[in-house]
Amino acid sequence: MGFLVAQFLSGLAHASSLFLVAAGLSIIFGVTRIVNFAHGSFYMLGAFVAYSLADRLSGALGFWGAVAGAAVFAGLLGVAVEVLLLRRLYRSPELFQLLATFGLVLVVQDLALAIWGPEDLLGPRAPGLEGIVRILGRPFPQYDLLLIALGPAVLGLLWLLFHRTRWGILVRAATEDREMTGALGVKQTRLFTSVLFLGTALAGLAGALQVPREAANLQMDINIVVEAFVVVVIGGMGSVAGAFLASLLIGQLQAFGILIFPQVTLVLVFLVMALVLVVRPYGLLGRPQAVPRAGHAPETPIAPASQGARIAWAAALAVLLALPLAVGDYALVVLTEVFVLALFASSLHFAMGPGGMVSFGHAAYFGLGAYGAGLLMKHLGAGMVPGLIAAPLAAGLGALVFGWFCVRLSGVYLAMLTLAFAQIVWSVAFQWYSVTGGDNGILGVWPAAWAAPKWAFYYLSLVLAGGGIYLLRRVIFSPFGYALRAGRDSPLRSDAIGIPVKRHQWAAFTLSGAAAGLAGGLYAYSKGSVFPNLISISTSVDALVMVLLGGVQTLTGPIVGAAVFHGLETEMVRHTDYWRLLLGVAIIAMVLVFPQGVVGALERLRPRRPGQAREEAVAR
Amino acid sequence: MTAAMTGHRTATVTGTGPGTGAGALLEVSELDAWYGRARILNQVDLAVARGEVVALLGRNGAGKSTTFRAIAGLVEQRSGRVSFAGTDVSRRASYEIARLGLGYVPEDRRIFTDLTVMENLEVGRQAPRNGAPSWTPERLFTLFPNLAEMRNRPGGRMSGGEQQMLTIARTLMGNPLLILLDEPSEGLAPRIVEMMANAILELKKEGLTVVLSEQNLHFAALVSDRAVIIETGAIRYRGTMAELAADEEVRRAYLTM
Ligand SMILES: Nc1ncnc2c1ncn2[C@@H]1O[C@H](COP(=O)(O)OP(=O)(O)O)[C@@H](O)[C@H]1O
Ligand SMILES: [Mg+2]
Repeated sequence: MGFLVAQFLSGLAHASSLFLVAAGLSIIFGVTRIVNFAHGSFYMLGAFVAYSLADRLSGALGFWGAVAGAAVFAGLLGVAVEVLLLRRLYRSPELFQLLATFGLVLVVQDLALAIWGPEDLLGPRAPGLEGIVRILGRPFPQYDLLLIALGPAVLGLLWLLFHRTRWGILVRAATEDREMTGALGVKQTRLFTSVLFLGTALAGLAGALQVPREAANLQMDINIVVEAFVVVVIGGMGSVAGAFLASLLIGQLQAFGILIFPQVTLVLVFLVMALVLVVRPYGLLGRPQAVPRAGHAPETPIAPASQGARIAWAAALAVLLALPLAVGDYALVVLTEVFVLALFASSLHFAMGPGGMVSFGHAAYFGLGAYGAGLLMKHLGAGMVPGLIAAPLAAGLGALVFGWFCVRLSGVYLAMLTLAFAQIVWSVAFQWYSVTGGDNGILGVWPAAWAAPKWAFYYLSLVLAGGGIYLLRRVIFSPFGYALRAGRDSPLRSDAIGIPVKRHQWAAFTLSGAAAGLAGGLYAYSKGSVFPNLISISTSVDALVMVLLGGVQTLTGPIVGAAVFHGLETEMVRHTDYWRLLLGVAIIAMVLVFPQGVVGALERLRPRRPGQAREEAVAR
Repeated sequence: MTAAMTGHRTATVTGTGPGTGAGALLEVSELDAWYGRARILNQVDLAVARGEVVALLGRNGAGKSTTFRAIAGLVEQRSGRVSFAGTDVSRRASYEIARLGLGYVPEDRRIFTDLTVMENLEVGRQAPRNGAPSWTPERLFTLFPNLAEMRNRPGGRMSGGEQQMLTIARTLMGNPLLILLDEPSEGLAPRIVEMMANAILELKKEGLTVVLSEQNLHFAALVSDRAVIIETGAIRYRGTMAELAADEEVRRAYLTM
C-alpha cells in the first residue's frame, strides 16, 4: 500500500514538471500557432544555467536565485528567438516552422556541448529540502512534495493571469481569433513576444527545478519535448487546463507503467495518445483549429515530364550506368547511399506532396524495413533476397496499421501522431533487447555473395531505388494519383463526387511506408548493420530536409535534395565536430531563404508572363 | 435632386448629396483587392463625411465584405488609396487602422466564444479619442440592454442577436470615429432588427459616422442618409436614400434577387 502511494506521489511530482513544460508549449502554440520543437531546449538550458548559477551563488538564496535566474534567462532567450526567427515564420507552412525550430534544437545542443561539456552535471540539492519524509512508512523526498504542490500552484497563477489581467484576456482572444484581435487594435507582435517569454520561462523554470532530481545532460531536450508534445496533444493544443489533466495522466501512466511493463512505458504512453486522438481528434479539452481565412493562391500542379526532361533523365541514367567503369569504390559507396536516400526522400515526398500528409516520423518505416531485413537474418538466417522482400512488407504493414490512425488527422496533429508512432518503433527497437539487440543493434547484415562487390551493390541499389522512384511517379499520374491530389486540394468536393478520400490517403500512406521500407532494407545491406538510431527523430528530419531542400511540389526535388544533403553531410562530418550546429543553421537558413526548396527556387527563376510576377509581388 | 439612370448599367450613376469631395472622414479611391489570383474589387471609390450614415448595398457576393475588409487592412492583396481622418492608411496593418479610430464589425460576428461578454468588451477597449463618442461597458449596456444581463456569460453561449450586439459593442469600446458595419441585420429576428435600427440611429445621434453594408434595402432605408451600390466588385450607383427609393429601375437592376 505504502509503495503504491509513494509511486502515485512520484507520478504527481513528475506530472508537475511535465505540466510546466507542456503549459509553456501549449500557450505558445495557442497564440503563435507554432509548434516549438525547441521548447525542450529551453528546459535543458534552464537546467544547465541553474547548475552554473548555483555553483557561483551560495546559501539558500543562492539555489532559489539560480532557479529564478535560469527561468528569466530562458525567457529572454525565448524573446530573442521570437524576434529573430519565429516572427519570420508565422505565415510559413507548419512543417517549416517545425523544421526551423528543430534546427534550433541542433544549434542549442552543440552550443550546450561546447559550453558545459559532454558529462552529466549533478547539481546541488535544494537547501532545506534535502531530506525525506515517511509516507505510510515509505521514504519520500521532501523536494518532490514541493514539486507536487507547484503544479497546481502554477495552474492557479496562470488561471489568474489569463482571466484577471488585460494581457491574459488578449492572449486568450488571440488564441481564438488572431485576425479579429488585430482588427480590434491589438498589436500582435508585442503580444507574441511576451507569450514567448512566459512559455519559455516556464520551460526554463521546469528545467532548473529538475537539477536537484536529475543530472543535467544533453539528452534532456528531446526527451522532455517529445513527452510534452504527447501531453499537449492529449490535453488539446492551446489548452492549459488540458495540459494539466494530460500531465497527470501521463505522470501516473509512467509511474505505474514502469511496474507493469518496465520495457515499454514509452509505448504505453504513445498508445494512450493515439487512442485519445482517435476518440477526440483535438485532445481532451482542445477545439478544432480555425481554418485560415486568407485566400491562398493554389499551388502549381505537378506536370508529367516533358520531352526534354525525358531525354535528360535518360542521359543521367546512362551516366550512372557507365560510372562504375570510371570511378573508385568510395564514390560508388557514396552514390549507393544517395540512391537509397533518394528513394527514402521520394517516399516521404509521395506522402507529403500528392498525399498532403506531412509525416514527421518517416524514419519509422525506414527503420521497419531495415529491421525487417536484419531480424530475418538474425533469427532465421535468411539471406539478402528474402530480406529485401521482407523490408517493404514489414514497413508497409507498419504503415498500414499506423496509417489507419494517421489519416484521421491533419496538420500539426498528423505530424505529431506520425512522430509518436516513430518513437514507438524506436523504443521497441531500443528496449526489446532479446529480439532486436537494443543498443547493440544487429550486425553482419551483409549482401549475398553475388552482390557483395561495391559495383554490384551499386547496380542493385540503382535498379531497386530507381525502380521504386519510378513506380511512385507512375502512381502519381495514375487515376489513383489524380484522385489523391483532388482529395488533398478539396476534401469536401472530392467526397461529394464519390472519391473515398480517407481510404485513398490510407493506401498512399501504406505505399509510401513500403517504399521507405525498401530504402531501409537496402540501407541495412549497404552498411552491414542495423541500429535503433535509424529510427530516431533526426532520421525523420533528415528526410524532411531532403524533400524540402528539393522542393515539395516537384518530383525531381527529393532526388536532388537527397544528393545535396548527403554530399553536404558527408563533408560536414568529415571536417567539424560541430556538424549539428552547422546542420541546424543550414536548416534554419533553408527555411528562411528557400521556402520552395532548391529545385522550386530554380523554377522560379524561369521567365514567366509579366502579369504573374506583379500579382505575386502584391502577395508578398 | 434626381439620380439619372443613364442607361449604361456598367457606368456609375451618380446622385448628389453630402460626403463627396474634400473634408471627408473616410476617402477610398481606386481600391482593388484580390483573393489569390481572383480580382474581387475593381477601382472602388467611396467618400464618407463626418456624422453620415452611408449604406453600401449589393447582392450576395457583390464585394461588400471585401470592401470593408480591404479598408480595415484585412485583405492582404490590395492596392489603391484609403485615407482616414487625414492619414493615409492604405498600407497600414489592421491594428494600426483600428487604433486610428476606424472600427470594423465583421458580418460573421466572430465573438470570442471562450471569453465572457465583459472580456470581449475588454479586448476592444482603447483610450478615449478626441471628437469621437466615448464608451464604457455601462453606457453600452444602456444602448444594448440585453447584454447587461449576461456580463459573465461566455460569448459562445449567446444567441445570434445577442452576439451581433456584442460584436458592435466590442468595436465601440475602441471609441471609434467611424465604424464599418457588415450586414448588421443579417439572420436576425424582426424584433432584434428593429432594436438594431434604433441602436444605429442612436449612434448617429452621438455623432458617430457609420458605413453599413446591407442586402436588405428596407433596413438600410430606415437608418441611412445615402446609398452606394456595388456589383461584381465595382461601384454602380450613388445617391441619397430618397433618390434610390424613387428609382425603381436601379433597384431592379442591382438589388432584387
Ligand atoms: N476568402 C475568400 N477567398 C476567395 N474568394 C473570396 C473570399 N471571400 C470572398 N470571396 C469572393 O469574393 C466575392 C465577393 O465576396 P464578398 O465581399 O463576401 O461579397 P458580399 O459581402 O457582397 O456578399 C465573392 O465572389 C466571393 O466568392
Ligand atoms: Mg458579405
